Amino acid sequence: MSKFKKKKSSELPPVNTASLPDIVFMLLFFFMVATVMRDSTLMVNNSLPAADQIQKLDKKDRVMYIYAGKPSSRYVDKYGDQPRIQLNDKFASVSEVAAFVLAERASKRQELQNVLTTALKVDGETNMGLISDIKQELRKVNALKINYTTRVGEYSQNID
Amino acid sequence: MARRSSPQVNAGSMADIAFLLLIFFLVTTTIETDSGINRKLPPMDELIDPPIIKERNIFTVVVNKYNQLLVEEKPMEINEIRQAAIEFLDNGAGIGEEECSYCKGNKDPDSSDNPEKAVISLKNDRETSYKVYIAVQNELVAAYNQLRDREFRILYPNLGLSFVEANKRYSDPRTSPSEKENLKPKLSVIKLMYPQKLSEAEPSKTN
Repeated sequence: MSKFKKKKSSELPPVNTASLPDIVFMLLFFFMVATVMRDSTLMVNNSLPAADQIQKLDKKDRVMYIYAGKPSSRYVDKYGDQPRIQLNDKFASVSEVAAFVLAERASKRQELQNVLTTALKVDGETNMGLISDIKQELRKVNALKINYTTRVGEYSQNID
Repeated sequence: MARRSSPQVNAGSMADIAFLLLIFFLVTTTIETDSGINRKLPPMDELIDPPIIKERNIFTVVVNKYNQLLVEEKPMEINEIRQAAIEFLDNGAGIGEEECSYCKGNKDPDSSDNPEKAVISLKNDRETSYKVYIAVQNELVAAYNQLRDREFRILYPNLGLSFVEANKRYSDPRTSPSEKENLKPKLSVIKLMYPQKLSEAEPSKTN
């Protein structure tokens, strides 16, 4: 009955895994390139308002960030639910802004110290009072270039 | 049913495909950059005698704590403010030395003399919401951009760009230095025609 016997085993050959490292490396490289490192963990809610007349904030080395907004849910117990300022990794009061700007400025290269921009990443639900206080502090230390960081979108998204 | 064994897949070219994909993603992904509205704060040292500006050259926008708008003493919805600002900036009522040759406004004697004189004053309350404030800022910047776009297209029609696009080109690090040199004087001409004079007054206290 050899007529019906199969010449070889019916099993499929094993999948060649020689290229698996390549695929893994490809994914690795992709994520390495596409991920933006966040240098400070956000402790405030930060849903930015929308705007469409915006300019890009290139050259990360000449930007310093000031975050503001309501503390995130796990910090509410400790810090309350009123909007607060976050500098680097910790909450700060308005009076600390000036010192922060001076420290940031001192940490940059000499030629960049005069062209620094302060990016205000402020949650949409914040009152202008806090922002005005920050702006006054920035004026005191002569950090006059600011950028209201927004996301891209129609202005009408800001109005409930 | 008799099955035929499938032949070994040649994996030699797999690495090539992987690298092809890698290079494709490398080229197409742009690292996310932040963007927003740039502003310049006024210096702290107060001017001893501030320049006298005629009332008709000031366009006052007030946002109160209920996020309502008051433009030139009249309540207004946010979607009307862009047009109102354009009409104010482009009015060009000045005569003689203050005449504005490129303005296309109504030449209303109660509105601005020319765009170089026109100042938009934005005032907000401490309890104004940031979202609404940004929306108003956005619309006022949009008014300037719209006028600048118009003049840019009239003055430099062969570039086929609007002012905003040209400005983006100019600030893009990938643009060649020769093109930047070419764009720079053109952009500054337009910026002088419609200078962005947007003053942010200190907020009023809520009583």
